[in-house]
Amino acid sequence: MSKFMKKYRVNEIKTSTNLLINLFFIIVSVTCIAPVLLVIAISVTSEQSIRQYGYQFIPSEFSTEAYDYLLRAGDAIWRAYGVSIFVTIVGTILSLAVITLYAYPLSRSSFKYRYQFSFFAFFTMIFGGGLVPWYIVYTQLVPIKNSIWIMIVPYLMNTWYMMIMRTFYKTTVPESIIESARIDGAGEFRTYFTIVLPLCKAGLATVGLFCTLGYWNDFWLPMVFVNNAKNFNIQYLMYQTLIAVQNLLNNSNQISNMTEILANLPSESLRMAIAVISIGPIVLAYPFFQKYFVKGLTIGAVKG
Amino acid sequence: MDLAVSSAKTIKTSKKKGFFYQLRHQWPLFLMLLPGVVILIINNYIPMFGVIIAFKRYRFHGTFWKSLVKSEWVGFKNFEFFMKTPYAWQMTRNTLLYNFTFIILGLIIPVACAIALTEIRNKRLSKIYQSVAFLPYFLSWIVVSYLAYSMLSIENGFINKSILAPLGIAPVEWYSEPKYWPFILVFFQLWKYTGYNIVVYIAAITGIDPEYYEAAAIDGASKWQQIKHITIPSLQTLMIILTLLAVGRIFNADFGLFYNVPRNSGTLQPATQVIDTYVYNALRNTNDIGMSSAAGTYQAVVGCLTVLTANLIVRKIDKESALF
Repeated sequence: MSKFMKKYRVNEIKTSTNLLINLFFIIVSVTCIAPVLLVIAISVTSEQSIRQYGYQFIPSEFSTEAYDYLLRAGDAIWRAYGVSIFVTIVGTILSLAVITLYAYPLSRSSFKYRYQFSFFAFFTMIFGGGLVPWYIVYTQLVPIKNSIWIMIVPYLMNTWYMMIMRTFYKTTVPESIIESARIDGAGEFRTYFTIVLPLCKAGLATVGLFCTLGYWNDFWLPMVFVNNAKNFNIQYLMYQTLIAVQNLLNNSNQISNMTEILANLPSESLRMAIAVISIGPIVLAYPFFQKYFVKGLTIGAVKG
Repeated sequence: MDLAVSSAKTIKTSKKKGFFYQLRHQWPLFLMLLPGVVILIINNYIPMFGVIIAFKRYRFHGTFWKSLVKSEWVGFKNFEFFMKTPYAWQMTRNTLLYNFTFIILGLIIPVACAIALTEIRNKRLSKIYQSVAFLPYFLSWIVVSYLAYSMLSIENGFINKSILAPLGIAPVEWYSEPKYWPFILVFFQLWKYTGYNIVVYIAAITGIDPEYYEAAAIDGASKWQQIKHITIPSLQTLMIILTLLAVGRIFNADFGLFYNVPRNSGTLQPATQVIDTYVYNALRNTNDIGMSSAAGTYQAVVGCLTVLTANLIVRKIDKESALF
């Protein structure tokens, strides 16, 4: 080890270059983190001080009124938070089931139709019908528009994650293990649940985290399908909040029938407080995300 | 060993049998595929047939299938209307130019950063920079639109209030001046995805055998020469694949970026309107199914052609890297 280090020392960059690169990445890091810190700072600034000095990194007057309001009267916000939690948990479990089950037969070389079914999934990445037919399918053929399920069903199958999972099965489960289980008299399902899945925990974690992030951060499905305020998720509620304040600030906008809603609008700091609580779970799960994302990315890069 | 050979034989012979034989003998595998197949049919394949909506004057006749068949056939009328609007050219131009910029910058900047980060002497600092730069990838576009708003808000925004005002510069109306938005949109796109791409390239760089570098250093190669002759050639395949994947999707814009960050402001549309935001606005805000489906179908068809072309080029360069 020390020998290697020594060798490496010889091949290191110059001290000045090293300093320069460090300086550059300090600036990059500040650029990445500063807007998030600003939003957190605004959420704990008093309305008075926002009106006077605008948004500041260090609040002129500290205040927790936004969070007090959240605890006291934030029903709609907590409801949306609950919708997001439900959609994320149920959605992740279901889509993990759909994706991993679909990927497994495709990883088996003894399955004759694996190429056909791979193509069946893959073709959807090349061609799609566009927004309108998709919208009409969920409003008229499978009418789950406005229900909570519309935020889960369209993302249940994901070809990209499915391909990652297929590669995972192929590289971690040797066909000979499956074959010997079969000879020992285990059925396909038993082999799958007792032998294959336990070997692929890391793959499950990777795909599961991809799904979790996708569901938690989704605003697209409620934006297209949900009109019913009861089923807004936290992202879409935030979108609505930003638009509503926009309308309040310049009354010239056409949407004037929203006056009732505007009357009990949350304050400046409250809006940012919602953003903060929506980022919360992601920051908590960040170490896991990072670990498994890198793993998933490396596997995804190896084409199966 | 014998067992493996004989089982391979049985697999081979059974593979010659037809679909129903396979279905009977491997029904558990087919059952595993079933949920995914159902979702794909509902979510992807039925909408594919729905492209004919673009050639019809769509009216609701009780059920989905009835409406699809019974609606009046109008041929290319929807497309003619759509192509005549000034938006058709504007949104195509915007979509292509933005994506082109994203592809170029999304290649050069992450590769340069990844190389620089692997050269930093203090490995712990390097890890910290990576973690911080990766964070924006995990935030939703809605949150990013909040961050943008906290900077750009006309009355309270940090830039107007804390940077321009002390300098004596009049506040800028960020949300109604299209000329700033190409820069703002490119900034936020890079802000959100550069960290992610850096991680991808660093994963590839760590996969390079360190002996190459040791040998090069012993032969007296400088850092620049090592980067030029070892690192870049090793990353080449990955760079080509990622770029061509992005080229294949050049007609698809990131809806979240173009809709949420400018807060769907009408005055900004010359600079921010892309095909995806037009399709959404036409369907959900102006309720114009004809226009929306025409624009959507146009995007789907042209997009499909670019993916096929991009893949064809990849096949020519490196057959292994081709998607299909």
